[in-house]
Amino acid sequence: MTQSKKILIADDEPNIVISLEFLMKREGFDVSIAGDGEEAIAKIRSDSPDLVLLDVMMPKKSGFDVCQEVKGDPALSATRILMLTAKGRDTEMAKGLALGADAYMTKPFSTKELVDRVHELLGLNA
Amino acid sequence: MLSSSVIVGASFAYLVVLFGVALYGDRRADAGRSLISNPWVYALSLAVYCTAWTYYGSVGRAATSGLGFLPVYLGPTLVMGVSWLVLLKMVRISKAYRITSIADFIASRYGKSRLLASMVTLVAVIGIVPYIALQLKAVSSEYGLLTGAHPGSSGDWYRDTALYMALVLAAFTMIFGTRHLDATERHEGMVAAIAFESIVKLIAFLAVGVVATYFIFDGWEDLFVRAAISPDLSSLLSLDVAGSKADWFALTVLSALAFLMLPRQFQIAVVENVDERHLKRATWLFPLYLLLINIFVLPIALGGMLRFPSDVIDPDSFVLTLPLAEGYSTLTLLAFIGGLSAATSMVIVETIALSTMVCNDLVMPLLLSSPRFRRWAPHDLTGLLLLIRRGAIVVILLLGYLYFRLAGQAYALVSIGLISFAAVVQFAPALLGGMYWRGATRNGAVAGLAAGFGVWLYTLLLPSFAKSGWLPMAFVESGVFGIELLMPEKLFGFGDVNATTHALFWSMFANIGAFVAVSLWRPPTAVEAGQASVFVDILKREPRGAARFWRGQAKIDDLLALLARFLGAERVRVNFSAYAHSQGVEQIEDLQADGDLVHFAETQLAGAIGSVSARVMIASVVQEETLGIEEVMNILDEASQVRAYSRELEEKSQALQAATEDLRAANERLQELDRVKDDFMSSVTHELRTPLTSIRAFSELLLDDPKIDLAERKRFLGIIVEETERLTRLVNQVLDLAKIESGHAQWHDTDVDLIDLIEHVATTAGQLVRNRQAELALVLPPAVTVLRVDRDRLIQVLTNLIGNAARFVPEHEGVVRVVLSESETGVRVDVCDNGPGIPQDAQGEIFEKFRQASGSGGKPTGTGLGLPISREIIEHFGGTLWVTSEPGHGAVFSFELPQKLAVSASEMGEPT
Repeated sequence: MTQSKKILIADDEPNIVISLEFLMKREGFDVSIAGDGEEAIAKIRSDSPDLVLLDVMMPKKSGFDVCQEVKGDPALSATRILMLTAKGRDTEMAKGLALGADAYMTKPFSTKELVDRVHELLGLNA
Repeated sequence: MLSSSVIVGASFAYLVVLFGVALYGDRRADAGRSLISNPWVYALSLAVYCTAWTYYGSVGRAATSGLGFLPVYLGPTLVMGVSWLVLLKMVRISKAYRITSIADFIASRYGKSRLLASMVTLVAVIGIVPYIALQLKAVSSEYGLLTGAHPGSSGDWYRDTALYMALVLAAFTMIFGTRHLDATERHEGMVAAIAFESIVKLIAFLAVGVVATYFIFDGWEDLFVRAAISPDLSSLLSLDVAGSKADWFALTVLSALAFLMLPRQFQIAVVENVDERHLKRATWLFPLYLLLINIFVLPIALGGMLRFPSDVIDPDSFVLTLPLAEGYSTLTLLAFIGGLSAATSMVIVETIALSTMVCNDLVMPLLLSSPRFRRWAPHDLTGLLLLIRRGAIVVILLLGYLYFRLAGQAYALVSIGLISFAAVVQFAPALLGGMYWRGATRNGAVAGLAAGFGVWLYTLLLPSFAKSGWLPMAFVESGVFGIELLMPEKLFGFGDVNATTHALFWSMFANIGAFVAVSLWRPPTAVEAGQASVFVDILKREPRGAARFWRGQAKIDDLLALLARFLGAERVRVNFSAYAHSQGVEQIEDLQADGDLVHFAETQLAGAIGSVSARVMIASVVQEETLGIEEVMNILDEASQVRAYSRELEEKSQALQAATEDLRAANERLQELDRVKDDFMSSVTHELRTPLTSIRAFSELLLDDPKIDLAERKRFLGIIVEETERLTRLVNQVLDLAKIESGHAQWHDTDVDLIDLIEHVATTAGQLVRNRQAELALVLPPAVTVLRVDRDRLIQVLTNLIGNAARFVPEHEGVVRVVLSESETGVRVDVCDNGPGIPQDAQGEIFEKFRQASGSGGKPTGTGLGLPISREIIEHFGGTLWVTSEPGHGAVFSFELPQKLAVSASEMGEPT
């Protein structure tokens, strides 16, 4: 690893944020945090993270809206998005992927699996 | 002048052509390629309405009264306008029951009454024979005018053209009117000839009109300008001379009814109708014909008056004299042929119609009911029938000729046109009333006809005789026995209108009055009720409906033998075979001799000898039970019940449709509820997964890495415990809400003093407030009414509200105030905070499940079920829970419990 990848955690559940932050930092990523959708967009624009762990149910702007905005903006097209949702329905997953999310995981997730998916998305294990 | 040989030759040639057309029509009919099954022919044949009287007389009338000739054509135009209403019904009834004449129609309606049949026939003969005489006179006098011979009655009878004309017409009518006996009484060749004659008279009249207007004069304008400056004629151009409004109205009504009631019109419009759809075309075509044949009436009249200023020329003959005087001899001849065609067409059809009536409705019923005749009659009666018909034709035509010879130029002949009309319209109340009014009875019809005919006789016919010099004028001028009220043309002092209007008014008054009064006097008999329903409901019901009223026993051989006597064995077998096939039976012998068959046989017979005679004959070969009025009424009731059932069925199917609609709506509501439930489940899932996510993540982190330092480890374990508590709380609240909503919650009501309760909650829930370094203030009155409620549930509500407030107040300077108050309506608690407040549009949402307002610290930590549960609890006690808030100025959650929860004084002391 020549340069640590930047990861943005966007979730409104403080405890989940704490766990994700710990997990990502342990993997050696550079972590920033957003508590709602608007903040997430702002951080994506300012920090240009390599990957966003994006919760769907957030105040102000939902994860779907954030995803759509990011994927619709050519300047941000390099940003990988891994969507996380506690709503486990198939339609939710289909919607997320249709909007251009790169991966989709339901909560509660296995920390190991999550880490694997993050590495995979960032092309680190390939 | 034209030479008589030219005129006679042309007339003869014309009649030969007419024979040819009729013969061709019959040939085509025999070959099965009907010439007359065509709406144009039907409409043209209706123009038999235009007789010599109108051909010559319209111009004469226009010469004295301007537009006064018009109502005679307005009436029929109006009738055709509503043909789908009246004429269609008459056609359909007549086709279904093989009606052969207007007498047959009326008699059949009133229970196949012999009396009525013969009355109608007599009235028709008396009213119409003079009208036939008028046609003979018209031709004869115009012939005389053209040849210069003495017109009319003088001279030797054997040199009288009218006699020969009568004889020629009798021959024609016999040949084409009684060629064979048919079960339909239709005469295709004759109808073809009549349609042809309508064309001839129209062309002739138009030709005269065009020549008079554009050749003799310089067009319409020239004629009207000249007329306008002539002192004698200018008055014709105004409506003043055209008669009063009452006379116009009366004449329109008279001609409208006559158009339906004249035997020849009934014959052509109803009996000879091939296809009722032809009526549709005739509805506009016939009025168009009337318009065309009338368009030049006024110009010819004005032209004649201008050309012959002195009164020597009778205006009635302008059609001939105008072209003749100007030297158009060929045109004059054409005009004469036109007049001849108008006269002959009327005479032919009228004679056929009258002879059918005389034979079927007068002579045959008499013969058939005579036992002596039955003994002596030959087996095959067809020859006898034809003989009677032919005899009737000759007698009627000779009567017409005789009347012409006797009356000559007398007033009684000249004015017979409208007098005839007035006679036949006496049929109108019985006929039209019978088609629309079930309550009309035979006695009513007889009374009406007798009364109307009597008045007609007294007010029109007798005065016309008097004016002809055949009766003393005294009774006309001063009334019978000198009683002025009985003056025939000023009955009861009503005399401001012309004689025809006067007679029409009084005769219709008497006719309709007697018809209605006598009909109402007694209810209809069984037979009358049966026929009434058949006639009135013809447009709704199967035509064979009449068969339902027959009860009895019949033998098919008897019926076959009977019909063979009148129609010929061959024809009868053919007809019965066709009927058998229509019933799905191979052999005639296999047919069931039931009511339908008897009705079929009777209808076949009626087509040949009329319904009255047919009834007599059928009754003689079958054994019939007489139906009582009650039975007939039962049958009718059944029919109306069937109709009622079908209506009910219709209503039910509509109800079913409505129910289906309701079901669909209910289903949609259910699906909507499902969606809501789905949303709820989805929310619950989300709320459950969220803490589980944290618990699993931290557990895995701790499990993976035992070397995490102690402080971190403690923090993670704390989060796990916190999230587990949250999970527990959530599960409890979901269950709680489900219990309350489904009504399965347990309520333990006790006497609760809210002051105590608030103080108690302040100590427990106060901790939540103090955790955020906020202040909890209580504002309590000295005492409030004790309420009977569930204490624990109220603690739950208050704890929830205070907990919510605590979460949203700013740290360090937060204030939560709990205010208790009481009013007449109830006891009220307000929980106020100084937090961020709640936007207006979110104030409703926060009471919905899993909807949370965002607190100051980002994510609210509640479950999203606290407020919905609190509201359910308060509403359980009949109270209300609501929020008032202005963003930036905190929020106030309030609830009020109603006074009716108050514990009454007597209960207060009792232990609970």
